[in-house]
Amino acid sequence: MAARATRSRASEVDAPAPTMDSLLATKEIVVACGPGGVGKTTTAAASALMAAVNHGSKVLVLTVDPAKRLANALGLDGIGNAEHRVPNSAFKAAGVKPRGELWAAMLDTKESWDSLIRHHAPDEQTRDEILANPLYQNISGRFIQSHDYIAMERLYEIHLSAEYDLIVVDTPPTRNALDFLDAPERMADFFSSRLLRWLIVPYRSKLVNVATKPFYQISDRILGTEFMSDISEFFILFQTMYDGFVERSKSVGRLLSDRRTTFVVVSTLEATPLREAEFFAEQLTERKLHLGAIILNKVLPDYLQGRAGTKVAEAMKDRAEDLAAELAPLVAASDSALGDPAQIARVLSEVADSYLNFQIVAIREMEERSTLAVTPDVLATVPFFDTDIYDLSGLLRLGEQIWG
Amino acid sequence: MTPLLERKLVFVTGKGGTGKTTVATALALLAASRGKRVLICEIDGKGELAGYYEGPPTAFKEKEVQPNLFAMTMDTEASLREYLKIQLRVPIVGRIGPVAKAFDFLAAAAPGVREILTVGKLCFEVRDKDWDMVVVDAPASGHIVGQLAAPQAVNGLVKVGLIRTQTDWMLDMLSDPAITGLLAVCTPEEMPVSETIELAARVREETTVQLAGVVVNRVLPELFGRQEEAVFEALSADAPMAELDGLVGGDAAPVLEAARLAVTMRRTRSTHLERLRAGIDPDVPMLYLPYLFTRSHGLRTTRQVAESLGEELGY
Repeated sequence: MAARATRSRASEVDAPAPTMDSLLATKEIVVACGPGGVGKTTTAAASALMAAVNHGSKVLVLTVDPAKRLANALGLDGIGNAEHRVPNSAFKAAGVKPRGELWAAMLDTKESWDSLIRHHAPDEQTRDEILANPLYQNISGRFIQSHDYIAMERLYEIHLSAEYDLIVVDTPPTRNALDFLDAPERMADFFSSRLLRWLIVPYRSKLVNVATKPFYQISDRILGTEFMSDISEFFILFQTMYDGFVERSKSVGRLLSDRRTTFVVVSTLEATPLREAEFFAEQLTERKLHLGAIILNKVLPDYLQGRAGTKVAEAMKDRAEDLAAELAPLVAASDSALGDPAQIARVLSEVADSYLNFQIVAIREMEERSTLAVTPDVLATVPFFDTDIYDLSGLLRLGEQIWG
Repeated sequence: MTPLLERKLVFVTGKGGTGKTTVATALALLAASRGKRVLICEIDGKGELAGYYEGPPTAFKEKEVQPNLFAMTMDTEASLREYLKIQLRVPIVGRIGPVAKAFDFLAAAAPGVREILTVGKLCFEVRDKDWDMVVVDAPASGHIVGQLAAPQAVNGLVKVGLIRTQTDWMLDMLSDPAITGLLAVCTPEEMPVSETIELAARVREETTVQLAGVVVNRVLPELFGRQEEAVFEALSADAPMAELDGLVGGDAAPVLEAARLAVTMRRTRSTHLERLRAGIDPDVPMLYLPYLFTRSHGLRTTRQVAESLGEELGY
């Protein structure tokens, strides 16, 4: 505890290189983001777990769409929006005694929208009408764009509850990695837009207004009068909540740029996700948001890169038969059925081929890492794990690598 | 089931990071190389599609990027403009700017409008242009159902009007398995497999589009049979390893360690593959593409994937 306090205050004197450990000890909100398929959710969960184990804090990980077994590991199976504490028995099974507490929650978009409506609706009747409106149900349920906003909204709500020292939030898969950053602002723009006012003027007066007339003529022709009046009705209901919504969206936006918030970009070293991650990191900086760390996940082990290994593998391949003849007695010593030199030669040559194949990929990855276009405070590399994560021990194993 | 290359409209989807765009571009290249006139359209991209063919950035207006192969990038506003021009012939067309802006807004507010403009444009290309095949680099699996179900959703919400008559013929086209199909791209890993199984169920329940195939991408080669694996284990013991080190004049441990990693990876993945096969309708063909141990990107990779895809499809 004392060590941490010194570290953050005396940074000018003798600053140790920052790590995920120090980053998570000083921030209150960590947003894990990055392209799809790189292990964002798992990384967020492992980071939160490490913070709960090592810092005496109450930590929440808010996941969006966890793998089933990860959800199980966190005790999240079949649970909705509510926050749940990861039980001590799970830690005991993993052989650790956490200094703090780990809590986990899963984002339920529909449920979060409903609770937002309940919060902002001026009265019970409006609330019920909105919740029952087919347009609302479509927007909140089927059309996934609302994920972006609702994840940030939920983060804000949990932050307001002041229940946690640290909240680690996983971001939803978006069409564009930046969507969720813009979501609060887009939501605010949307509700304060002049166009929205057009939609909610009583239907009859619409066709006389010079400015809006062409819009309505076309809208009616394409969408039909009935649908247009459905839309109007919906927004007339929604209008009662504008002020609350706009104010709230702005607060969510402010929270993201708060000093206590940091962003952790997760990527693999494959070219396409890495370019996306770099772009994202640059955008964070441009928006004056705090880029705390880049975590490079699923990186192939170092031993694949050595030139010495290349020589050995090539020798094994080229001289497979000679080597097999020499090795056959030793192999047969363990089991006489395994002493066939031809088979040993095949194995040697397969093994060598496989090494050389993976080496191509490992060297490409190393090249990608060395030409990384952004330099964050913390750059963590997590090796490829050959098995899936299905319990806290697995998550800890990953966490140790991130921690530094 | 109608063979993949004989369908006129193929949507390619998959979880982020599984190689959806690689497979879509390879499929289009394969079809074009077999003499078809092909259009490939990216939905969410910003013109990067061309990188897969080593060409200039793509735009709404299609460009020929390889012989017989044209590429375009979806733009809902341009799609609306085209739609108004062709369908409505309204005088407003000359000054569409503010109207398009208004529609952009409406698209954000009214569910399905943007999706309809996207799917509508694709259906229009299939119906009114002379493409043999239109390949769509569609939204990721989280978004594709909303896209494909949009015509039904709008049909449910909109009772009359021009868009209603439009969605009717679009639905007919999307529902015809001889014309339209969805190709899901997956890797043999936990989350992509779970998502693909879930996607297959949602596509069946919520859309009228047929799942035409599942591409399993990045399948690792099988290094050993059972007996060979026993040999490998015996080789890894101290005495043979020491001998091997001496014979090759270096440390062989990393080379064997890499093989062990490859074997474990493949084993972990094969359990996911079994789960995938069990979770997908047996009528749906599975196409396996090998992990590419390659240092190249761009057209060379696209071509390699196209060749593997061709082999899987029996060409």
